[in-house]
Amino acid sequence: MAKATPLRSGDVLAGVAATSEEERVRAQMELADVPLTRFLNECVIPYEEDEITRLIIDTHDENAFSPVRSFTVGQLRDWLLTEEADSETLAALAPGLTPEMVAAASKLMRLQDLILVASKCRVVTRFRNTIGLPGTFSVRLQPNHPTDDLKGIAASTLDGLCYGCGDAVIGINPATDSLDNIVRISEILDDLIARYDIPTQTCVLTHVTTTMEAIERGAPVDLCFQSIAGTERANASFGVNLPLLQEALEATRSLARGTLGDNVMYFETGQGSALSAGAHHGVDQQTIEARAYAVARRFDPLLVNTVVGFIGPEYLFNGKQIIRAGLEDHFCGKLLGLPMGVDVCYTNHAEADQDDMDALLTLLGSAGCTYIMGVPGADDIMLNYQSTSFHDAAYLRRLMGLRPAPEFEAWLRSAGVLDETGKLRPMQPGNGLLALPDAIQ
Amino acid sequence: MTKKNVPPPVEEIDANIISDDPWDGLKCFTDARIALGRSGVSLPLRESLSFRLDHARARDAVHSPFQAEELIRELETDGLECLELHSAVSSRDEYLTRPDKGRCLSEKSKARLKEYPHKGFDICLAVSDGLSSRAVHENAAPFINTFAETLASTSLTLSPVNVVRNGRVAVADEVGQLLGARLSVILIGERPGLSSPDSMGIYLTWTPQPGTTDEARNCISNIRKAGLSVPEAVRKLAYLIEEAFRIQGSGVELKDRMGDNYLPFGREPASLTQV
Repeated sequence: MAKATPLRSGDVLAGVAATSEEERVRAQMELADVPLTRFLNECVIPYEEDEITRLIIDTHDENAFSPVRSFTVGQLRDWLLTEEADSETLAALAPGLTPEMVAAASKLMRLQDLILVASKCRVVTRFRNTIGLPGTFSVRLQPNHPTDDLKGIAASTLDGLCYGCGDAVIGINPATDSLDNIVRISEILDDLIARYDIPTQTCVLTHVTTTMEAIERGAPVDLCFQSIAGTERANASFGVNLPLLQEALEATRSLARGTLGDNVMYFETGQGSALSAGAHHGVDQQTIEARAYAVARRFDPLLVNTVVGFIGPEYLFNGKQIIRAGLEDHFCGKLLGLPMGVDVCYTNHAEADQDDMDALLTLLGSAGCTYIMGVPGADDIMLNYQSTSFHDAAYLRRLMGLRPAPEFEAWLRSAGVLDETGKLRPMQPGNGLLALPDAIQ
Repeated sequence: MTKKNVPPPVEEIDANIISDDPWDGLKCFTDARIALGRSGVSLPLRESLSFRLDHARARDAVHSPFQAEELIRELETDGLECLELHSAVSSRDEYLTRPDKGRCLSEKSKARLKEYPHKGFDICLAVSDGLSSRAVHENAAPFINTFAETLASTSLTLSPVNVVRNGRVAVADEVGQLLGARLSVILIGERPGLSSPDSMGIYLTWTPQPGTTDEARNCISNIRKAGLSVPEAVRKLAYLIEEAFRIQGSGVELKDRMGDNYLPFGREPASLTQV
């Protein structure tokens, strides 16, 4: 598996990559002939050692798997590209596929294969709006501020709303994780969306244990966030395990704050996180990443996104590696049945720039990506990395004729942000939305 | 003569192309790039170029060669002994992809420290370009001078300044161990942000040795012109050093409870009062 993986710096760093181009292609040829059932009999990380392996094996749906039971990895790839593999068929198949099968197929695919198959997958989730419908494309509004200044957060929130963003979630990465701060930000975000009657959800991205404490304190928690990885040990380094995530899911659902559905979890992942925690078990980083999706789907999340270029060039060296990884992650997540978004991003020490982000963004649009991040001017001044902007989201929607989640789109029209045809309107100085930051004392 | 066909007049396009965002008054609440306006739905060129300039500066900070000789010359002129060292990395690209190699010294540098005649310092001082040579070019020499002067008033002994090319934070563990130091301090260029390409960080580690992990270190970050000033950073480092020697440790057990009135080693060297 590792040797068949298209070149990326993290696998070289881990010492698991192919040592020549020829060795890589020969490994892919061998992998193509591996029967899918072998992944059920031989685990990449031993069953006894890892609760995620146990989750994958114990929850595998034999019945859903039966149509492709006789396939090799190569046959799975070929079949996925046929018209027979349509949206309904793929959705029914998802519980029968394991992360390792999906990761293996992705290693044999070119970008156009990853895009075409992912574009056929339909995953719809609901909390206060409907995310993932055909023809829609959503945005997480990410109004981070280096000192969690509430006025500053509100200013960036307004900026995003005026560009039609925020239907996936209005989600803050807090600068400090103190409980008081988490509760304070949750309350202010909740107040803003209630005041303007915005059909969306809010989230403060902190550790699940902090979110659970905030819930006990009575904070208005819509979504519960957690970073997750694909091995038990890597998750332990994040301070989580499966029972704890189950507890967090139940605590958040108990608030019953969703009006349309009860998808309450929000997960972030990213290739390389297990290696950086020294918890990769000699497995390549893309296979480990796909295993994180088995964790995610256990908890019926509203949103899942890979933060593809955040971790740095020692894992994904340049634009080419970031673009491929973003499309692989999106493909694997979708095929496993997740509402998959991508944080299209890079750091300043990676060999990447805005052109690479434009390429990945546009390819993801073609692949039917569920959502991206919206950061003012693509520059996150708290996390110090470059993601996608409100303008980027507007660009993709215009280019591909994509629309926000329907409930949110209706609100954008009524708020004077969009016109009847769904285009951004020039904001009128008297628009009541512009007074949003005044609500904060 | 026949009359020429005159094309119908073409209306001139209004040069007011950009739609401005009428909430630019909110820029006083955040440095985020809000109210940028739009050309169609896209980013106006002035904003696109301004972003590109900031990115270019951050990239240059990562890739500009480390002027180690100049730094050494400057420090030696000020009477400080320096040792020029290399990590095990052979190129800048390798530096970016192999953090493991950036944490170790090259064989030659290791030998040099082993042969160095003096051992057993209280504090081992190292400086490395890290991810921003610019940060080190702009901040290291003033910092080291002020720090050395502050330390001169104490009985603590200071190693030569170990100038390490292409080092990661943990390279100071090996340097400190080879010099038999009780505590190591490394100044290093931080991962550059779009608006902070010149930011230097400092890491302090008690009983440095290879294999030390990050929870055993203390960090002072964002030392740059628009961030934490050199005198303030020296004051903070002096506090952490005093505490480390008091509790004989560093990292999570060493809490930063520095008061506003704290004086480094009980004194106030003249240079600390200059801002």
